[in-house]
Amino acid sequence: MAHTVSIEDADVRYACAPQESLLSGLHRLGLRGIPVGCRGGGCGVCKVEITEGEFSTRTMSRDHVSDDDLAHRRLLACRVYPSSDLSLKVIGKLQKKVCTPADRPLP
Amino acid sequence: MALTGVLRPGHAQVRVLNLEESVRFYRDVLGLVETGRDAQGRVYFKCWDERDHNSYVIREADRAGIDFFGFRVLDKATLDKFDADLRAYGLATERIPAGEMLETGERVRFTLPSGHVMELFADKTKVGNGIPLVNPAPWCKARDHGIAPIRLDHALLYGPNVAEVQKIFTEVLGFYLVERVLTPDGNANAAIWLSCGQKVHDIAFAEYPEPGKLHHCSFLMESWDQVLRAGDIMSMNQVAVDIGPTRHGVTRGCTIYAWDPSGNRFETFMGGHLPYPDYETMTWTFDNFGQGLDYPQRKLHETFLSVVS
Repeated sequence: MAHTVSIEDADVRYACAPQESLLSGLHRLGLRGIPVGCRGGGCGVCKVEITEGEFSTRTMSRDHVSDDDLAHRRLLACRVYPSSDLSLKVIGKLQKKVCTPADRPLP
Repeated sequence: MALTGVLRPGHAQVRVLNLEESVRFYRDVLGLVETGRDAQGRVYFKCWDERDHNSYVIREADRAGIDFFGFRVLDKATLDKFDADLRAYGLATERIPAGEMLETGERVRFTLPSGHVMELFADKTKVGNGIPLVNPAPWCKARDHGIAPIRLDHALLYGPNVAEVQKIFTEVLGFYLVERVLTPDGNANAAIWLSCGQKVHDIAFAEYPEPGKLHHCSFLMESWDQVLRAGDIMSMNQVAVDIGPTRHGVTRGCTIYAWDPSGNRFETFMGGHLPYPDYETMTWTFDNFGQGLDYPQRKLHETFLSVVS
């Protein structure tokens, strides 16, 4: 049975099956709200904070998910599978960092 | 002999989040040939038409990305000379003993100012491509298993200090600059494509604030038809595709970018023009980077600039 996922601050709600990641459930419906990157837990752009609900996860790159992130349920949406209705906040983003020298702040 | 010094990309070692899932992907979907496993748990692959024992090595880790990228050089004397030249240039080098990687001789390792670990080696066991050296057939059965690229072609790496990296490749290692994309202000290179032979690139770099990042490892296909077939196989196996099938303006190569199960991007690449070391560098202004990346769509895909492992 699909669960309802709500993206706070974006007014987006969608149905996501337990065997489908939060990211693929969203994009299979043609909806936007969470940035899409590698979809394999490696790049970190789809980072979200789960504010309500239960879920399971698959392995994510620790470059993007620290112990503190795990404790605060800040995870990569491509590796999170809902086991109840869920609410989340989007915290990852696509930043165009090419050409941005290391000593200059990101735009 | 015209081709001396650095001959070609020889190996890449990439980190994966789940080893067996990744072995199934690289062996059965990408269609690499598994050639061995070592005591550290690393799994070794080669493309079917490569003759050396391995070109692509994966190991399980808690983060994705690339450990190192290695080039085969002509012989032991060349290896020693590059080691001395790199040290004279001011880079620290380290010798990794023969056998540390399966069927691979001594390696000279150094770290670029972009944060990437590079290696040079002169020996890797020739295991052949499954085709006899006398009266060879044009291909063997392995060509039809999975996507089945014919060789590890190049890598694109993201990190800081690309201008210094370019100097090391051109002034010490004998590469030449085939193409470049300028920064928005036009005063520096945002991205560079470097060749050590007549390929349109053997390695490429883009300026990026975080060091040591992998944009993609690229695998060579024989034809545009084979690139389209690769796209079919990706969809059949629900592989996450990034861009393509399309053609790059930069290099003129035909391409699909996609990701392995751990978020390491790879490319199925074909074609490209044929540069010589005496050719002038071709330059793209930043406002034409979209055509450089995706010539038909003229689109600077956001993921190209921002998604790395």
